[in-house]
Order: sequence, then structure tokens, then C-alpha cells
Amino acid sequence: MRESWDSRERIAGRAGRVTGQANTSGDAAAPPPVGADLRISVNGAWHALTVDTRESLLDTLRDRLGLTGAKKGCDHGQCGACTVLIDGRRVLSCLTLTVSLDDESVTTVEGLGLPGAPHPLQRAFVEHDALQCGFCTPGQICSAVGVLAEAAEGRPSLVTHRDRAHPGGSAEPVITGALPLDEEEIRERMSGNLCRCGAYPGILAAIAEAARAGEGAR
Amino acid sequence: MTQTARGTGSDLGVGAGVPRPDGLLKVTGEFAYSSDLYLADMLWGATLRSPHPSAWIRAVDVGPALAMPGVHAVLTHEDVPGERFYGLEHKDQPVLAIDQVRYQGEPVAIVAADHPETARRAADAIVVTYEPREAVTDPRRALFDPGCPKVGPEGNLVRHQPVRVGTVPPTAEVVVTGEYEVGMQDQAFLGPESGLAVPAEDGGVELFVATQWLHVDQDQIAPCLGLPKDKVRLALAGVGGAFGAREDLSMQVHACMLALRTGRPVKFVYGREESFFGHVHRHPARMRYEHGATREGRLVYVKAEIVLDGGAYRSSSPAVVGNAASLGVGPYEVDNIHIDAYGAYTNNPPCGAMRGFGAVQACYAYESQMDRLAEACGLDPVEIRVRNAVSQGSRMATGQVIDSPAPLAGMLRELAAMPLPGSSCSPDLRALPGGVAQTTHGEGVRRGVGYGVGIKNICFSEGFDDYSTARVRVELLGDEPHILVHTAAAEVGQGLVTVQAQIARTELAELADLGAARVTVAPADTSVGSAGSSSASRQSYVTGGAVRAACVAVRERLAALRAEHPGLGPAELLRAHGPVEETREYRHRPTHPMDPLTGQGDSHVQLALCVHRAVVDVDVDLGLVKVVELAAVQDVGKILNPPALEGQIHGGSAQGLGLALMEEIQVRDGRVLNPSFTDYLIPTILDMPPMRLSILENPDPAAPYGLRGAGEPPTLSSTPAIAAAVRAASGLALPRVPIRPQDIALAPAAPAR
Ligand code: FES
Ligand code: FES
Repeated sequence: MRESWDSRERIAGRAGRVTGQANTSGDAAAPPPVGADLRISVNGAWHALTVDTRESLLDTLRDRLGLTGAKKGCDHGQCGACTVLIDGRRVLSCLTLTVSLDDESVTTVEGLGLPGAPHPLQRAFVEHDALQCGFCTPGQICSAVGVLAEAAEGRPSLVTHRDRAHPGGSAEPVITGALPLDEEEIRERMSGNLCRCGAYPGILAAIAEAARAGEGAR
Repeated sequence: MTQTARGTGSDLGVGAGVPRPDGLLKVTGEFAYSSDLYLADMLWGATLRSPHPSAWIRAVDVGPALAMPGVHAVLTHEDVPGERFYGLEHKDQPVLAIDQVRYQGEPVAIVAADHPETARRAADAIVVTYEPREAVTDPRRALFDPGCPKVGPEGNLVRHQPVRVGTVPPTAEVVVTGEYEVGMQDQAFLGPESGLAVPAEDGGVELFVATQWLHVDQDQIAPCLGLPKDKVRLALAGVGGAFGAREDLSMQVHACMLALRTGRPVKFVYGREESFFGHVHRHPARMRYEHGATREGRLVYVKAEIVLDGGAYRSSSPAVVGNAASLGVGPYEVDNIHIDAYGAYTNNPPCGAMRGFGAVQACYAYESQMDRLAEACGLDPVEIRVRNAVSQGSRMATGQVIDSPAPLAGMLRELAAMPLPGSSCSPDLRALPGGVAQTTHGEGVRRGVGYGVGIKNICFSEGFDDYSTARVRVELLGDEPHILVHTAAAEVGQGLVTVQAQIARTELAELADLGAARVTVAPADTSVGSAGSSSASRQSYVTGGAVRAACVAVRERLAALRAEHPGLGPAELLRAHGPVEETREYRHRPTHPMDPLTGQGDSHVQLALCVHRAVVDVDVDLGLVKVVELAAVQDVGKILNPPALEGQIHGGSAQGLGLALMEEIQVRDGRVLNPSFTDYLIPTILDMPPMRLSILENPDPAAPYGLRGAGEPPTLSSTPAIAAAVRAASGLALPRVPIRPQDIALAPAAPAR
């Protein structure tokens, strides 16, 4: 067991300066942090980390790895701003414990493309002005990458027509090859990503264009 | 489908669909929002807030918090170095509560620690002894019951603004009355309040913060810190949406106090729940209206009482009351008007600026009245509005004459002529209200169509000295001419940085060598003069005007230089002479106060119109509403950037939809019941319908490029249009927004079907 959540303080090599008011006696109420060692790939680079077992992937990315692309809009799984991809599937990083990701590969918005070499969806978002403040945008884009992949794999959504999702009347949804992404499918699949600026028409257009062009599902 | 009259202009100048320069940074996660800031030795701030809407504070014991390892400072009001109160228009709000709390969530103490969780726990460990007392939560009682406890410094009245025009007759051929209510809406920007304060070597502090108005923050922070203004330097950090909620201070003074006390950088980031307590909201309103008209539907008089609940502190309530009063009859010609608009102090959460402030609430009520009047007169809702519509030359309720184009009747006709979406009688459950969650086969689904009209004042009104400052510099960089535009104007997502660069390109186009990459908009900070607030739809007008004026000054200097050195090209000229820099302030034409007894006066600089048509499907059994389509016609005078403008109309309409159907901070006995996105619902991409837009360009000769502010008007008219459509579908009166499922499904008198 190690003390873990002060790693940045150690990296910085500076002990906290104590002000005249502070006092350093122990705090009986706080449970001691439990650390765990793991290996995690983020945007293609492997990191060996010791993480607090209570630490969310979002906090690991933002506070420990300095990857602030994923945003904290709520920290409670309500807004989608923290969406990242784990092995190509979208997850809410605020609800994912880093300790559960030993040997997993995480892709954040920074790993999709760079300003000089943007991912097709990043380009489409700019071209369709699918953002205003942009705070939701990293989550929207990671989510959209996941959506395109889900459709390409034929994973049905709640609005996928019964005949496609349940061929022959099967009870469980069945994967039957790539699904077309019409507006309704995009709306349904993107409904977990809030945009308070209301840039939805642009978001819809950007994803529809990427879907038509067959780009962006990775 | 979008029909947009494209403006003229060079490829990258005013009128062109230039992509936002920060777009690539934002889509790649490189753009630094205030919550992304990081310094290796920074501390984290946390705030202890009152659990009570109204209480005396008998004791505060910070000892247990100070005793926690990792805690560097715990401060209360006693530690405020300078003035202990601040406020936008009136300093009535304590930096930290002094002996009493007036609303749930009021900051009582602040902590700095080496980890955010430690800071939060330390805040929780502070022991505050409260003596709760009666909370004043009914704004009418606060205003009109002399026995009501006082919340404000001089009582519970923030502002009473009457409007008196003509003589209201005792009755008319047709009279309709109504009582309307608007719930408390939240701006719910996605990027919570956050910022980083860094102590400076000169004893001052630098604050990197997401705000709407750097200089008014500085004006309020410096006195509280006991520092001269030049020692409190602000720079704009990336802003994750604003919508009015960043007009007031939140963590600014707190972060600076802790940074100065500890000598270390201090970062604050509010969580979502805290954010619901960390900023002002849209004023809830209770409104009584009486409209008198002729049988033909011509308005004879309007009487109204508008009560706006300002909550515990003043914030921008006076301006909100002014808007509700001056725009209280809407864009209609009325000869006899009797309005009383009030702002009240209560122990409810403080309310202030939100997109359309004051005009939104009144618009919902007067438009609901126009529909009632149409019904009473047997007229179509479009027709009754057309018959009473203002136009250029009309007199507003304030006596102010509309002196630029206001083609409301034509806008309404154009809107009504737009094709309607196809009917919903598809067997596909997915198209029904409630979508895949529908539990019926659509037996109770009814379609409704409704119209709404809104008028909003652009820029600051009522005599405010409203200006912006721009510094424009042309110089050689890497041997190429380069334009640098510097203002303190806050880019909050509206695309102001794009527009500033477009204006520079248009005004300095004759510098033939200037290409796309050679205009830079410098980050906003307080090292240049004030730009005023990114609110009241004013920045394109005022900061746009300042950038244009500074560019024109630079252009004139360059022309003079060229005359002195004929034959030199722009690059050679700049090489010989060095950089050319000009700073200009731009003021719109002056406005005047409203007369305190009659409300008369030319209080507004510009008025902007937007009209909406909403088509909804309502499941009258389940109370579910699906907005099928929104159509809008808006006159913007001049389109500066088509996609950015359309984004404003989409976003404003979405927030109006939220107010109509979804969004309300529920407050019971002064306590907020739903401070989360699980319980406070904002529109998702599923809720946002396709939009049909028609954007008109009838220029306002007094404004730069003829433009009209555009961000707020669509927020006004979308709400009443949707409410009217739901009424049309359900046959219910629905005098309150948001319209909740139970208002439809459990309505006392079920509609005749
Ligand atoms: S931050 Fe994870 S869903 Fe909002
Ligand atoms: S662009 Fe601002 S929240 Fe989506």
C-alpha cells in the first residue's frame, strides 16, 4: 500500500508550505487511501501507475496524466463531457474506476487527432460549426467515434427497427452487419451527451457526414 | 433546412462563414478551459456553504479543519482583507457570510488544501452553529405584507418600475385576463465555475478565470482584497458557456484571498451540485395580465403586475425589472398601459442575469394573453399579432419610437407561410412523444401549432455608460504584415473571436498582402480597457464597433504614412516606420433612464425581434410532449457570420424549449430540491427538433454594419410558441412554464376530445 493521491506533489518536489494557521496533526476521520499498481495505455503510450482505488479514470487522466481534454461537467454520469474510448467502446470516465483498467487501452480526444492532423470527426465538427463554447465537444466527439463503430459492427440501439435488431422475431437483439446511421439513430445514440449551447443541429450534421463518408469509426 | 440570406464580404471578412479560430483547439482537447489550469505547486480551494435559507450564525469553529493534514488555510469573513461586500450594481453581498446567512448555499468559509478532496473534507469539518429563523420565500408576501421580515438592507423591494401610458378605461369590448408563472431556470453552462489565482511578486494577484466581464470582476475583487486595481490582474481562461451565470462573482475573491494568504496558487473548480448554488438563476415570475381590445382584436389597453423574485441579493435584478416593465406589452401598439413591475428580496436563491433577462418572463405572459385574445375575438393567432404589430415609427410602452426597421407583420406572415412538417400518424412508436419509452400506441397523441413573438433590448439600457475598447496593431512579424486585435471581451462560445478577426480583415483589407493567417485576436485580459460584458447580446455591436473604430484609425495612419512615402508597399512601410497601433473606445448612442413614475424615456439603444412557430405532438394521457419542429424568423440587421449566427438561434431556441417543457430549479421553503443533471433536465439532442430558419437583414443605421444583437431574441419567442402549441394540442390553459407532464395528464378538467 502506498500513498497515492499526492503523486503530483512529489513530482513537483515541493512539500506544501504550511501557513501560520495550519497544523499537521492526524485526521482520524478520513479512511486511509488504498493504492494499486497497474499498467494502462493512454493514447498509445503505456503508463505504470499506482492509483488510489477510489480514483476515477477522469481524475487519473486530468490530474495525473495532464490530459485535460476529457471534461468534468458533472462527475456523476449525467452529462457525457468525460466520454473516452476503452478499446474502441465509449465509456463515461467519471464513472470508471482506474483500478479496473489494468492492461486496458484508453483513447481520449487528444489521441484521436491533433490540431494539425485532425480526426475526420474533429474536422467535421469544425466544418459544421458543431460547437460554441466547446466544453461538451471532446465528449461529443469520442461518443461519436464510438457510435460510428457501434453502427459499423451492427450493434442495434433502442430505435433500431425491430426487423433489423431482432431478425425473425428473436428475443435478444442480434448483430447482423453494419447498420445505417440515419438522423434518428444518431440522435438516440448521442442522447447521453448534453450540449448546453444547443449546437445539436451542427453535431447531427457533422456525425451524419462522417457516417456517409464512412470515416471516423476508430 | 436553413434558408439564410448570405451577407456580402470578402472570403474571410464580415459576412463570411469563417470557421471559428479556436475550433480546432476545442475539437482536439487542446483548448484550456478555466477548469483545466494547473500549476505544480497549486492548492485547491473549497467552500463551506449554508444549509439554511435563513439563519443567524452563532459560532464558527475552524479548528477541526485547520487540524487536518494538507490544509493550508481556512478563512472566514474576518479574514477578508478589504471591503466585505460586493455586488454588480449595489454592494449588498458579503464575500463570506457575516453573522447571518440569507440563502441556502451562501458561502460561509473557504479552505485551501493540497488535494481537492482534502479541501472538501476540511470544509465539511468546520463547525458552524446556526440559529435558523423564518425564511421569506413568497415574493408577493415579501413585497406587500408589511409584517414580513426584511431580507434586503432597506426592506424587500429591490425595484418598482411603473409604466403609465394614456388612461386605462374600465373595460373594453373584449377583455381577457390571466395569471402566469415562470419557474426558476438555470443557465446550466457545462463548464462549472472555476479559476486559478496566482500570487504576484508585487503583492498583487493574477486571476485566470472564466467570466463574462473581466473589468467588472476586477472592480469588485480589488476593493475586497484591499488592493489597488492595478494589482489585481485578470485574464480570461477558457469559458465553458455563460448565458448570464458568469456575470456575478463566484469563486473570484475566494481564490484570490487564499492565494494571497498562502502565497501559493489556488484553484477552485465547483462540482455540478455546487454550481447550482454558485451562480444566480433566472428570476421566477408571477404575472397578472389584463388585455382589453376591440371586437376586431385591436388592443385598447394592457394592465399588468409583474413580480420577479430576486432572491437574497440584488445582483442585476434592477435591470431585469426594467426590462420586464419596458417590454411588458411586447412588440404591440397599445395606447393605454398600466404596468407595475417589481423585484423582491427573499430568502430564495439569488437571481440575476440569464439570456433575455426580464424580457423572457414578460414575453411568456403577454404572448399567452395574445392567444387568449385571439380566441376571444375568433381570430387566428397570427392575425391578432399582425393587427397589433409594431413597425418602424411605432411607439413602445416607454414612449420610445422604434427608429429602425421592425417588420414584424411581414415576419409573422413569412413564418406562417413556411411549410408544416408531416403528420405523426405513423405507426412507428419511435416518432411518438416519449420515444421508445412510450407505453401506448399513440391513442392519446394530438398535434398542436403555436406562435410566439419576442422583442429584446440589445446592449445595456437606461443610461448606462456602455462602451468597449479595442487595440489594433499592425506590424511585421517574420517580415510579413500582421494584425493583432486586443480587447477584454469575453469569448464565451458565441464566436466573438471570429467576428473580431473578420472585422479586422474587412477594415484593413486594403493592406493587400494580408492573408488569412495574419490576423490574431489576442487573449482577453485587463491590460487593455474594458469591453463591457458578454451579455445583453451586445458584444458584436459594441466590441465590434470598437474593433472597427481602431482598425479605421490604423488605416488612416497607414494612409498618411503612404502619402509621406509614396511607392512603398505595406511591408516596406511597416519596416521603415515600425508598428502602427491605435486604441479606440466605442460607445453606442446614449440611452436614458425610465421615469420612476411613468416609465417613460428612450431607455433602449436597439430593439430586436424574433418570431417562432412550434409544432408539437402531445400525448394528452401521459402528459408527454415532443417538439416536432421549430421555425423562426429573426431580423439581425446584418449577418456577420452565418454559421455562428445560426448557432445562436439554435441555442437560444433550445434554451427556450427547456424553459417551456423541462427546466426548473425546484425550490421548497427556500431549499433547492434538484441540484443535478439527473433532476434538472436540459434538452438533449433527442429533445431538439429540426429547425427552419429565415434570417432577415434590415439594417439598423445606428449600429456598426447595421447589425442587431442576435443571441437573446430567440430565447424569448420559443417558449411561448411551444406553450401555445401544447395548449392547442391539449385544450388546456397551462398558465405556467415549464409545462410538466402532470400539468397535462392530471389537469383538473380533462380536455374534451
Ligand atoms: S462528467 Fe462524466 S458524465 Fe458528466
Ligand atoms: S458547445 Fe457549449 S456545451 Fe456544447
